[in-house]
Amino acid sequence: MTHIKEKLPPPQSRQASEALPVSNGIETVISIKNISKKYRIAHRSARYTALRDNITYALLSPFQTIKNQMKKILARETKEEFWALKNINLDVKKGEVIGIIGRNGAGKSTLLKILTGITPPTEGEIKIKGKVVSLLEVGTGFHPELTGRENIFLNGAILGMTKRQIEKNFDKIVAFSGIERFIDTPVKRYSSGMYVRLAFSVAAHLEPDILLVDEVLAVGDADFQKKCLGKMDEVTKTQGRTILFVSHNMDAVSRLCKTTVLLEQGKISAIGDTDKIIELYLKGGPQHDTPLPLPMTDENVTLTEFSITQRGKQTESIDGSDPFGIHIGFSIARNLQSFRVGVLIKNSSGTLISRSFVQDWEPELEEITAGHYNANLLIPARLFMAGEYLIEIKLFCFRSKDYFADTPVQKTVTVHSPKEYHELASKSGTRGYFLIPTAWNMQHKKAS
Amino acid sequence: MSTVYTKIIRPKKSFSTADLTELWEYRELLYFFAWRDIKVRYKQTVVGIMWAVFQPFITMVVFTVIFGKLAHLPSEGVPYPVFVYSGLLFWQFFTSSLSESSNTLISNASIVTKVYFPRLLLPLADTVTKLVDFSFAALIMAGLMVYYQILPTIVGVLLVPLLLLLAFLPAVGTGLILSSINVRYRDVRYVLPFFLQLLIFITPVIYPTSIAGKYAWILYLNPMTGVINNARIGLLGTGSLDWTALATSALIGIVLFIIGVFVFKKTERIFADIV
Repeated sequence: MTHIKEKLPPPQSRQASEALPVSNGIETVISIKNISKKYRIAHRSARYTALRDNITYALLSPFQTIKNQMKKILARETKEEFWALKNINLDVKKGEVIGIIGRNGAGKSTLLKILTGITPPTEGEIKIKGKVVSLLEVGTGFHPELTGRENIFLNGAILGMTKRQIEKNFDKIVAFSGIERFIDTPVKRYSSGMYVRLAFSVAAHLEPDILLVDEVLAVGDADFQKKCLGKMDEVTKTQGRTILFVSHNMDAVSRLCKTTVLLEQGKISAIGDTDKIIELYLKGGPQHDTPLPLPMTDENVTLTEFSITQRGKQTESIDGSDPFGIHIGFSIARNLQSFRVGVLIKNSSGTLISRSFVQDWEPELEEITAGHYNANLLIPARLFMAGEYLIEIKLFCFRSKDYFADTPVQKTVTVHSPKEYHELASKSGTRGYFLIPTAWNMQHKKAS
Repeated sequence: MSTVYTKIIRPKKSFSTADLTELWEYRELLYFFAWRDIKVRYKQTVVGIMWAVFQPFITMVVFTVIFGKLAHLPSEGVPYPVFVYSGLLFWQFFTSSLSESSNTLISNASIVTKVYFPRLLLPLADTVTKLVDFSFAALIMAGLMVYYQILPTIVGVLLVPLLLLLAFLPAVGTGLILSSINVRYRDVRYVLPFFLQLLIFITPVIYPTSIAGKYAWILYLNPMTGVINNARIGLLGTGSLDWTALATSALIGIVLFIIGVFVFKKTERIFADIV
């Protein structure tokens, strides 16, 4: 019998952040005082976003319109207020690398958006010392028609570099991305991996005092991700840069951050040593996702259904010996190009383990006409090892629009081992994710 | 230890002088946006920059045949082609600046929702692009003037930048107001081209102001009237400079521009949330 030792990625040195004492002697570079952010979410009526539609709708169904208006007046179906953040107070010292974790909709991204100034807070005040750069999404402002070289300049400028800084760092950026040969090719001809690498290279050379990172590590191949983590380590170690790191990837958070903030429903519920906070977060019981406010609308797309079923019943507890279905219902208000719909499957700490899009199989559906659609995916039996998985829906137009980007739409499912598979305890506690669905064939060989 | 903060984020208020300082700090980005638009615009077209020239030129030819030759519209003593072209030159700068700046937040939505910079840069960058188009189209104007042997006055040539400014103010002012509406109601995109097409008929582009007789004052409410008339006076010598018309254009332009900036600033804070 052979025992294959299960190999884990070596825990990276954490000296980087440990070398930085969080004492009172160190300057505070971000001071967040009582920050709150209110959003108005419109129900139903939000479906009519064009004035023309409003008018047409009023003409076609005058009674319905009057009824709706009455409802509005009676404040039954009016816009609902929703506090994405409520009374956030946080001081960040120079050189600190702080992780921000929490479930979807806890307000992590909103906090970063306020810090960068993309959206203003409703109440409160933030004081910042130094240049802030955010990596809310790498490759912001990349133009497909422009070459890699041109995009470095454009993207650099959008992210706050001066022309001189870009020229100074140009060679380093190109070298880090590893796409020297294609630097004068329009980026529309790049593979998505090359695209992301170039984008991250620009971002990695921004030289900000404060860097805000949101889930960038979800992109690129494993090698490149490692390179990026290394770069971030280096950045904090050598240059004493302050970083706020928002992620669902607990491995990355624990590797990079000494202190972590846990957000829950727009409030800071815990703050302290990363390992303790992550433990607290993961222990937060079975991951009860907040029920999705369906239907939800983002621009031209309305999501009407997201359900997981097995043997014809909705469930989040999956029996591994039977297939289960993922169902997505959505409608599209106008024809779209480069449209994709599908799911990401992640492990319980948020690392992507697989994905599947309708258009992976039927590319012609990238050009989709307006209307209502139902997309169903049947996941075969005996595919996953027992454990918790996140199933996240993605609807987007490639390189132009990511729908529902602010509130990722996901469900947590618990998969149980198939009946005929008797899972033995593993030495390290991990079993991996995929089940090899066939049994061994072992025979006793008699000596002849 | 006392800390000097470099940036303070508070709930947004409306326009203040701090916005001007900020615009100046971001001037390089303005350059990059304009550079991008120009690059992209001429990258995939076969004849490239020639489009900026073709479009007004062909329009001029068509208008000359229909309004000059067939309808015999008067042209203040100068050949009709050069008369109508001088009008079209400024008119196209006006309409294209207006429609681009009304649509700029939507077409740059992916950047607006991800990165902070003064949003006013976007419409300004669009205008810079349109200025480049204008300069190329102006070459045809020069060619026509040589062909018809018309000598501009020096004052007329010096006046061109001022006239451009007077076209810029109402164009961007209106554009800013419309872009604030556009983020909520996408109808603007469809309705605007249609209105701009109609608007040319209440602007003295294809006919002189004199044709309107006692109703000419209505035309002067249109800020482009003063611009186009004075362009003709300065470049083609169709009379002496009309300062009243210039002042009217300036006044209406400035008012529209100020309203535009205020409306834009007021809605700016919600752009990222609803674009």
